[in-house]
Amino acid sequence: MQKEYTITVYTEDRIGITSRITVIFTRRGINITSLTTAETEIPGVYKFIITVLSEKEKLVKIVGQIERLIEIHRAFVHEEDEVVYQELALYKISTKALQNGNIELLIRENNARILTITEDYFVLEKTGHQQELIDLQAKLAPYGLIEYSKSGRVAIIKWSRRFHDHLKELETQRPDNLKQATYKEHTEVSAEEESI
Amino acid sequence: MQQKDVLPMKPEPAEKRTAATAPLNMTGSEAVIRSLIAEGVETIFGYPGGAIMPIYDALYDFQQEVHHILVRHEQGATHAAQGYARSSGKTGVVFATSGPGATNLVTGLADAYMDSTPMVCITGQVAAHLLGTDAFQETDVIGITMPITKWNIQVTRPEDIPGAIAKAFYIAGSGRPGPVLVDITRNAQVAKFDFEYKKCDYIRSYRPVPRLDLEAVEAAAELINSAKKPYIFCGHGVLLSGAEKELIELAEKAGIPIASTLLGLSAVPVDHPNYVGYLGMHGNYAPNIMTNECDVLIAVGMRFDDRITGDVSQYVKQAKVIHVEIDAAEINKIIKADVAVHADAKTALEALLALVKPAKHDEWIQSFREADKQEIEKVSTKELYPTEGGLKMAEVVRLISERTEGKAILVTDVGQHQMVASRYYRFKDPNTNITSGGMGTMGFALPAAMGAKVGAPEKEVVAVIGDGCFQMTLQELGTIYQSEIGVKIVILNNNFLGMVRQWQQLFFDKRYSSTEMTNPDFVQIAKGFFIPGRKVTDRADIVAAVDEMISHNGAYLLEVVVEKEDNVFPMVPSGQPIANIRLE
Repeated sequence: MQKEYTITVYTEDRIGITSRITVIFTRRGINITSLTTAETEIPGVYKFIITVLSEKEKLVKIVGQIERLIEIHRAFVHEEDEVVYQELALYKISTKALQNGNIELLIRENNARILTITEDYFVLEKTGHQQELIDLQAKLAPYGLIEYSKSGRVAIIKWSRRFHDHLKELETQRPDNLKQATYKEHTEVSAEEESI
Repeated sequence: MQQKDVLPMKPEPAEKRTAATAPLNMTGSEAVIRSLIAEGVETIFGYPGGAIMPIYDALYDFQQEVHHILVRHEQGATHAAQGYARSSGKTGVVFATSGPGATNLVTGLADAYMDSTPMVCITGQVAAHLLGTDAFQETDVIGITMPITKWNIQVTRPEDIPGAIAKAFYIAGSGRPGPVLVDITRNAQVAKFDFEYKKCDYIRSYRPVPRLDLEAVEAAAELINSAKKPYIFCGHGVLLSGAEKELIELAEKAGIPIASTLLGLSAVPVDHPNYVGYLGMHGNYAPNIMTNECDVLIAVGMRFDDRITGDVSQYVKQAKVIHVEIDAAEINKIIKADVAVHADAKTALEALLALVKPAKHDEWIQSFREADKQEIEKVSTKELYPTEGGLKMAEVVRLISERTEGKAILVTDVGQHQMVASRYYRFKDPNTNITSGGMGTMGFALPAAMGAKVGAPEKEVVAVIGDGCFQMTLQELGTIYQSEIGVKIVILNNNFLGMVRQWQQLFFDKRYSSTEMTNPDFVQIAKGFFIPGRKVTDRADIVAAVDEMISHNGAYLLEVVVEKEDNVFPMVPSGQPIANIRLE
């Protein structure tokens, strides 16, 4: 059954890594619904957070093929309850709308905040899950919504502590000691942690 | 006025130049060649052009150390490098220029990627400041080859060249091998820097050698020890890890029959008592149907290609599957493994051997021999020993097999002749089967055979090629002539694209759409390249002709006109369960 999944990929910092990852989804005809990437707390290690609408079985295979890439450390598929996640949206609205008392209520109720106000427009910011952001967009539409922009997902894996330790170890240990570090060890980490 | 007898400056002797301990100031191009020498490269297959000229210029000074073979098309260079890699066990090396030179590598890269062949391709590229400007002969070769290489990299500064080449060789040859491409811009080739070379043996995000999971090995041994009908599949991974001996020992110790995949052929001698034949759409009857009879399947270094499984929903459902595989992405990709041993085949088999108890399953092995009888009666005897009608592909292969005592390196192209040769050549030694398995690249055999011969000059190399395939890369006869490569070329000519015609006959109501070929005189073509040859149309002449070819010292082309509308059986129709295998 199709469901929304979050995929996290830990990579080296290298030109073209995005293409290398996305082409694997392309091959299987899977549409990426959002993609966010930034450096992690470990210098030189990047984290991709990808959301897709697909089936878990397919995604497990895709993640295997992503991990096969030379510059990938690990990749995971997460069910919704395995990650804490957030998205962010900006809404540009005509300043005239502020004269309407209802919009103030809407901003308060949604925990949105105003980033800037000019003579013509103001910009609202809201973080939350996708549906909340979309709902607010719908509610703002009657007030003269000029532009709306939503980010991809950022996510924290609930069981990720030991994996991050492992990556940090990679940084500090001598490469020679690590030649034998294995798939199995990685798998154990994720399997154990997943059960917590 | 200059004196006439002044010679151009001689290059320094090799020993002095290759000592790479202290940094030496040199151009990026010279660094490319020195890096290759440091990796032990002796042979390069390539084709020069504008963007790689500085590298070719540097190569000119190292002709004693590195042998460059000038091919006639860059695709030929890739297949030659594949043949070289498969016969020598070393990494094949290719040079090509930017733009069309680089795009001509695509087929060979994809082929090497599918068939896990170690290869390093070095392409010239326009100068860095021209990248992305649609400069003359500029293509985004990194983008194009990304999905068909194990790794690729563009180098735009000379100081990055040694590191990139070191990584390229490490990645290409380690773990599950594969092709790598290094694209070097012209400015990086001509600029100077202090060269120092250090081999690469570690990349922190890359784990080529998994540590053996002993629990998995124990679980596998337990399954094997309690099995009544254990069955081994021998894949390409057995050859790649050099585990032929361990595999055979395991089979002998525990009394297990071994079947081979197309690329696993030659790992086990065909006449070994535990060997039961070859798997797949056109493989042998017994090993295919017995897949659904065994109780424990031990798949070693193979990936359950659809040409082997047919309909997966009716494939090996009754058995426990042990999958020994170095590439984690292959485990559970097609067939769910009950026990996954994520490891190099040799390491895994050594560990398994110690835990497996001696056993005999004579009755089980005998059941293969019983099933064989049907194939022998309905197919093989008629194919191998015909007495009337046109010449059969199988009898030609049988004669070559007998004349070479199964010891030649057999290089096959793609189609009916490939399936027939793979079925009937009686392999004796490991790594003597070279074919395009996963990609099925027509035109593979001629260039691959010349690479194989260069990689193993002491071996007899026989290329078995169809008339269609031959015309895809026949220009490499020029390379064979120029570089004096003594390959034996057998064209099995049925004046048809035979395999496609067979499918048209069986599944498209004999509507032979664009498969009949009006062919040239192949022997005359060979003569044009100063390669001797002979054409045979009668059964009476074939024994002498094969003998003449094998006895000949140097390249030789034998054209055999075979039965025009012959079919390869057995056959599992595409996508159907293996139980639907047809013998006629």
